[in-house]
Amino acid sequence: MSFLDASDMTGGYGAADILHGCTLKVEKGQIAVIVGPNGAGKSTAMKAVFGMLKLRGGHVKLDGEDITALSPQERVRKGMGFVPQVNNVFPTMSVEENLEMGAFIRTDDFRPTMEQVYDLFPILRDKRHQNAGELSGGQRQQVAVGRALMTQPKLLMLDEPTAGVSPIVMDELFDRIIEVARTGISILMVEQNARQALEIADQGYVLVQGANKYTDTGAALMADPEVRRTFLGG
Amino acid sequence: MEFLNALVAILNYVVVPATAYGAQLALGALGVTLIYGILRFSNFAHGDTMAFGTGITIIVTWGLQALGIGLGPLPTALLALPFGIAITAALVLATDRVVYRYYRKVKTAPVILTMVSVGVMFVMNGVTRLLIGVDEIQFADGERFVVAARAFKAATGLNEPLAIRTTQVITVVVAGLVVWALFWFLARTRTGKSMRAFSDNEDLALLSGINPNRVVAVTWIIAAALATTAGTLYGLDKSFKAFNYFQLLLPIFAAAIVGGLGNPLGAIAGGFVIAFSEVGVTYAWKKVATYLIPNWEAEGLMQLLSTEYKFAVSFAILIIVLLFKPTGLFKGKSV
Repeated sequence: MSFLDASDMTGGYGAADILHGCTLKVEKGQIAVIVGPNGAGKSTAMKAVFGMLKLRGGHVKLDGEDITALSPQERVRKGMGFVPQVNNVFPTMSVEENLEMGAFIRTDDFRPTMEQVYDLFPILRDKRHQNAGELSGGQRQQVAVGRALMTQPKLLMLDEPTAGVSPIVMDELFDRIIEVARTGISILMVEQNARQALEIADQGYVLVQGANKYTDTGAALMADPEVRRTFLGG
Repeated sequence: MEFLNALVAILNYVVVPATAYGAQLALGALGVTLIYGILRFSNFAHGDTMAFGTGITIIVTWGLQALGIGLGPLPTALLALPFGIAITAALVLATDRVVYRYYRKVKTAPVILTMVSVGVMFVMNGVTRLLIGVDEIQFADGERFVVAARAFKAATGLNEPLAIRTTQVITVVVAGLVVWALFWFLARTRTGKSMRAFSDNEDLALLSGINPNRVVAVTWIIAAALATTAGTLYGLDKSFKAFNYFQLLLPIFAAAIVGGLGNPLGAIAGGFVIAFSEVGVTYAWKKVATYLIPNWEAEGLMQLLSTEYKFAVSFAILIIVLLFKPTGLFKGKSV
């Protein structure tokens, strides 16, 4: 039984479906990566897992519990953390306030969690009184991930965390994501940089037109000549 | 001596009244900018919310005066203000429940909400007139002057008088306290921070588990408090007339936009920019010029614009800002 089990998801925003029986599973403490061509429904699939999209078919289970009918806010309380692709920080609030807002639903002391986030992203500790909107793209992504970690999620979902950052920052972010996974948090991630993302993935999903085209371990997908030729550029 | 006379004249006719007026506009603009930043529409009913709040405050003031309760040298209205705020807050919360909530639920465009607020404005205006009538009401009691003109002349030996009214001092002090309290609330408290977060990025605020209904309710309560305070201070300083507050809407919006809509600091700066421009442009500078330039008599009054046209000043500033710096002096949201 996978920690996250989103099976046979079918649905879309309007009348037409975008997802056609898409299945995503993540094991505890593992990294699952969704790759695929533009318009394949990668982000949509992730939004469906998070409840931002009404499903016409299929179900989403977290740790064995069926959460298909829950709203995104309720899913956060169940242990999901979501980092949107854009607009993922509060720009006129300081880094520390961003983290505080991430912990808004918590009634216990969240200082230790904040310290963990600062340990994970030391640069945020230095800039904690600076407004998030004034940070560089890579630092802002760190704030966004840190904000989502403040609820101590069991599943962290990242929608293209490396969009618009330099290759060096991208490697750095991937390293941090591996570190997060090592603490036992499951990770589901959509990535444009398919090759680098699959390298760190325990599980890889190649989506095409809203359905699973290839599903295997990251390494196996990297080794598959068909996947390489069609999706990874040789 | 001539120079000192000129300085006192400027203080008496420009700086003192413009500071008090600026503080009143700043409080009004803070309410407008808060609603814009968090509820995301321009609230045209804000002027009449001020009128309603002031009307209630006056009625409570009369009640207190009839009971013989007062504040000595300070106006009784200050004691009545909390009651005015409470009742006005109840009214705007009820309005939100009956009117605005529906439009939020259907996620209507901001311009429609603005039009809705125009409707609310007419209703509130009517309610205020029914309650307290359309006549001019003076409700300032207590000590009239902190610095009286005659005493000042006698003490300094200058030709020019300086008068500072109690209401002017109270306006500035109360406005200062209110602004300090608001900024402390927004910067330090959990609820205040959640309001800023909601203003910054609504979707992310919802994802973080911030309750939008609570944010909206607190915003309305604060807006009602700001409106009632601003309205009462304006009424104390000048006089109360139900229609005057509708006319205040233009300088208030101008102040909020000059400062940058959605930016509280900008609203305060904008309030003073508008007030000083309005008073400065409509003041007859002849007297000051006569003091400063020896052996010269100005032909006219040296008044750029007669006082009847004072609203043109706000309007002109508004247009200039919208043309050249639509996000305002401080970084606000573009209109």
